[in-house]
Parts: sequence; structure tokens; C-alpha cells
Amino acid sequence: MEAFTVLEAIVAPLDRPNVDTDAIIPKQFLKTIERQGLGKHLFDAWRYLEQDGKQVDNPEFILNQPIYADARILLARENFGCGSSREHAPWALADYGFRAIIAPSFADIFANNCVQNGILLIRLSADEVDHLFHEVAANPGYRLRIDLPAQEVQTMGDSRYCFPMDAGHKHKLLNGLDDIQLTLKHEGAIRAYEAARRQSEPWLFRDGI
Amino acid sequence: MAAKTLYDKLWESHVVHTEVDGAVLLYIDRQLLHEVTSPQAFSGLRAAGRKAWRIDANIATADHNVPTTDRAAGIVDPTSRLQVDTLDQNCAEFGIEEFGMLDPRQGIVHVIAPEQGLTLPGMTVVCGDSHTATHGALGALAFGIGTTEVEHVLATQCLWARKSKSMRVWVDGELGRGVTAKDMVLAIIGKMGTAGGTGYAIEFAGPAVQALSVEGRMTLCNMAIEAGARSGMVGVDAITIDYLRGRPYAPVGRIWDQAVAAWSELHSDADASFDAEIRLHAADIAPQVTWGTSPEMVAEIGATIPDPDRESDMVRRKGWTDALAYMDLQANTPLSAITLDKVFIGSCTNARIEDLRAAAAVARGHQKAASVKVAMVVPGSGLVKAQAEAEGLDKIFKEAGFEWREPGCSMCLAMNADRLEPGERCASTSNRNFEGRQGAGGRTHLVSPAMAAAAAIAGHFVDVRDWSAP
Ligand code: SF4
Repeated sequence: MEAFTVLEAIVAPLDRPNVDTDAIIPKQFLKTIERQGLGKHLFDAWRYLEQDGKQVDNPEFILNQPIYADARILLARENFGCGSSREHAPWALADYGFRAIIAPSFADIFANNCVQNGILLIRLSADEVDHLFHEVAANPGYRLRIDLPAQEVQTMGDSRYCFPMDAGHKHKLLNGLDDIQLTLKHEGAIRAYEAARRQSEPWLFRDGI
Repeated sequence: MAAKTLYDKLWESHVVHTEVDGAVLLYIDRQLLHEVTSPQAFSGLRAAGRKAWRIDANIATADHNVPTTDRAAGIVDPTSRLQVDTLDQNCAEFGIEEFGMLDPRQGIVHVIAPEQGLTLPGMTVVCGDSHTATHGALGALAFGIGTTEVEHVLATQCLWARKSKSMRVWVDGELGRGVTAKDMVLAIIGKMGTAGGTGYAIEFAGPAVQALSVEGRMTLCNMAIEAGARSGMVGVDAITIDYLRGRPYAPVGRIWDQAVAAWSELHSDADASFDAEIRLHAADIAPQVTWGTSPEMVAEIGATIPDPDRESDMVRRKGWTDALAYMDLQANTPLSAITLDKVFIGSCTNARIEDLRAAAAVARGHQKAASVKVAMVVPGSGLVKAQAEAEGLDKIFKEAGFEWREPGCSMCLAMNADRLEPGERCASTSNRNFEGRQGAGGRTHLVSPAMAAAAAIAGHFVDVRDWSAP
């Protein structure tokens, strides 16, 4: 996994609350057995129009505006990523190129899935997010600098917003670590736990019923 | 000893290790696998040369992509077929038990695991699927995970997690006639909002919850995720134990007695405290119908569609306006005036035998309205289907002009051939009314099975409490 330290990039605004994972990546793209290649289907229903049986870019959709072509930061509203647990949503966001999302709140499972895929989720207050939406609208090509070690979002005008962060998640993002390796360091503890439960609750094991 | 919540008890009994920063390595007793969220997990294992840690903790079935007609002919869509074949191959390679597409025990993961006794009280249950919360109805800690976590559980039998806050949703009194667990949970979501439970584990409790069957409790817990909570649960009582007795994978004999003794502790202590509490009165709950594109956009059947212009919160006002535009509905329209193109009775929310009985009781002796193109009944599992046929429910449905299908997720999310066409409007017993959920451009109204059946017959929504037998 790619490590995350500091990112300075263009911010794309997606001004709707409760953006669900079906909207991020509709189900017809869940039939893949790969992790890569989903970026072209990100926000598919909003991003494309049918014209004479062909799919064309919807000029109304924000990500289709040329100014946001290189956006790496997504600015969103509350409860972003609600709905299904599909990890295809962060896969699509990452494959498209987003490395960080700023919103007042995120759905729990989505948030977990983002950590597994090196996407930094930044929770700012609803007022701060609102302010950033105004800034983005007023300043074409608006950029932000995200400093993960300092847990700060810095504007080009030098305002700073601190954001909270789970220490374990931060460590993993900063180092791009694979969870399974970390967990297998506790192999002995897992085996001991399992042995004890096999005694006390044998019905939890299929050969124990 | 401090009083504990059910969630405390379930959590504490699964802690393998705690890091200094409070992150917990949590042991997972049961993992359910299906074809959509597992292929990349298996390929990850294979790439790293890892084996499954404990194969007997896993059980797999294909449910999302399977056809609901003429199953013997196989799956026509090549991408769907590839996913199902990939699951078969992965299970064979890693030694994991699978209920294949033609197995009578096949069905929606969240229907078959409780039905088989694969979900037991006191377990931690995970699945790469957000509706895993369903299994909490049996006094288990159950939650949905992503594919990387599926791989992690396969490889280590554990997950890294942090304890959520606890919330109790207490429902007093008794539900009225014709009002079901589905109406209860929609009313709860309407009250809490779809993000109201974010960061919480919800326990449903109170006399009205205790009065529900295990199947009704599953409907309730199933939609905890629609209130933002990863897990929903109900304490164990005699109803839970009766439900489990004799299930194929439930313990027997001396071990059963030992298990029952342990399970009897799985409820919140009387004086346990919660971080948040919500109270409702069952008698206040009427049959519910969603009118928008989020489950919180819900009202009782006698109501009219709310007017965004009267909403002062600007973000909500915009949400309502967008939703009504998508749904092609006008503010202030009575819900009972909404007419339907299709009706779907199915999904892990409402496709168990009691749901089908409730729908059949309404449909019996009536005819589907000519204006409703299709009314589809999709049982949650092969065994539910067989049971329904033994009771003659399939005949009642067919005589009323409904279609009787093979088990699977079907039009809950339209990954197989069952879907809405653009602009079509559907009364659905499933759990999500998001834009395009049941097919691009499709419009979904969430209701109970009885309300869906009544709508199929009337052609528009009706209050099932006014429904009289012919
Ligand atoms: S029935 Fe619907 S909600 Fe349930 S598992 Fe299948 S797709 Fe998901």
C-alpha cells in the first residue's frame, strides 16, 4: 500500500449529503474479480449520459469540469460513503486518483475500507466544510495542503484546520502497512485464545457440536 | 461487578489482544462468504501464499448474482457467471464449505446462516456485506466488513477493531394489528436519521421487541445499518433458544444444555447504562412507506409527502428536493395516491417464511392490479421456498397473479436479471431506496411484506390495516 505523508492538490467539491456507495460505484461494476480499473466507473450514474446509445460525459457533473481533472482531494458533505460495505467504493476512488476526502462525517464501514486502501479521511466540522465549499466555489483551481504527521489541513492563504485521527490508522497510513503481517505477530495469542474457547464453548467449533 | 450491556459482554469475550492505543484484536467465530465481496480476498491470500486460518469458521454461498428463474440452465450473464464460478473454485481450493447454486440450502447469506444454526448466540459474525447486522437478532455481535478485512479474517480469524458507543432503542407497548417489525424499524430510522446510529452498536429492546419472533428481530437488526450502525442486536430469551433448537449446525445433547446455560446470560444487565437511548411507543407506529431516496425519508401510510419548502435546514431541504425530483413525486401528495409498476417481495430484510405468510394472507383470493406489470415473490432460501410450497403459499401467490421465483437477492439490488427499468416505480420489501438501487433510473418505496402485497392488488399504496378478507 502506498504510504501517505503530505499531499498538496486541487480540491473537487461534491455538494450533496449522504452520498452512498451505490452512487460511488453502482452495482453493475461489482461483478469484477479484480481490484484495479474501477476509477473509470466512479460516480457512474452522475458522471455519464446516454446519447444515441453511447456513453458521453455529463457536462453538469462536477468531476467532468476540466479544472478538476487533476483533483486528488474530494470535498464532501455529511455521512459520505453510507450504504453497502463494498470495498469497490474506495477501490474506485483510489483508482480514479483521490487520496483524501474531507467531510463532516463518514459512514463506519466505508471509513474502515478507506484505511485499508491508503485513502485519508478528514473530519472537519460542518461549518469548516461549508467554508471550504465557499472557498472552492470562489477560487477556481483551489488547492489544499494536507499534512498527515501534523494532522492539519493548510490553505494556500495559510489558514490551518486540525483534524482528529485514530492513532493506529495514522500509523498504518504513514507507513503503508499490511494488516495481516501485523496481526500474525500475535499468532501465539490467537492460538491460546482459541484453545481456551474450545474448552469453555465447544459449540463454537464445528467439531465441538 | 459493574453492570454490563449485551454489547459489552459480546465484545469483552472476544478480545484476543489490546494495543496501547486501545485498538483491539477481536476474534471472529463465523465468517459468511458470498461471490461479490470475496474474490479479491481469496486472490490476496493466494498471492501471499497464505492458507485459511480455520476453515470450519467459514461458510459460503452465492446469492447476489444467481438467477431466480430456471436455475438448471445456469447463469447467462458472463460476468455474473464468472463471479459465481470463482467462488466455487475458491471454496474448493481453500477447503471451505459452500452451499452451491443448486443446493436446497442455498439462499441469501443472512437468511441461511440463522436457518442452519450457523449463527449462534455469543458469536462474532462477519461478512463482506453491510446487512450482516441481521445476525445480531440471535444475541450475536455481527457486522459488515470490506474485502480486505474478509481476507484478514480468512488469514488470521481476527479483525482489528475499536469498541463503538452503545445505544439502546427501547420500544414500549404492543404493535397494532397489521403493523410489523419492518414498520417498527422504518419508524426508528425516520426518527434517528440514516446517520443517527453512526459510531454506535444498537441494542433493540423493550416489550414490543421482546414480543417479536426471531424472524421479526432479524428484520429489525437487518436495517440497523440503515440507521448508520454497523451492528444491531437483541438479547437472548426463550424465543431465541426455541428458534435454535434442532437447527442443523446447532449443538445437541449435553453440549446443547451447556450452550443454553451460557446463552441465557446474553442480555444487558438490568442496570446497565448506554451512551445514548431512544424510546418509541409501538402503539404510535403505523404502516410505513418511504417516499425518497434514503430510508429516513419515510412517513406513515396516512400521511402526505413532506414539502421541502417547509424544511428550514438547507442541506436537508436540498436533499428532499433532489429526492422528489428523482422519484418524480410532488410535495403534499398523499402516499396512498402513489401508483406502482412493480412489486418486489424478497431480500434479507423480508424473505423469511413469516414474511411470505403475511404477504400471502393479504393476497389470498385477490388479483394483482392490471396496472402492476410484475409482482415478484423471491424466497430468502431454498428451505423457505420448500416450506412455503408445503403450506401452499406459492399457489396463493400464483393464483393472485404474482410470480414465484427461486431464492436469492434478486431485485433488492438488481445484480441479476431482475431489475427496474428507468422510471419504473416499485413497492419493495428490501432495505434500500437509493437512486438506481433496483435498476438505473428505478424508483423504490420500502414497505412491509403485507403492505407490498396490498399495493400489488390495489395498484397503489393502501393502509393494510383497512384490508378486509374477501
Ligand atoms: S438481499 Fe439485498 S441487502 Fe440482503 S444481502 Fe442481498 S443484496 Fe444485500
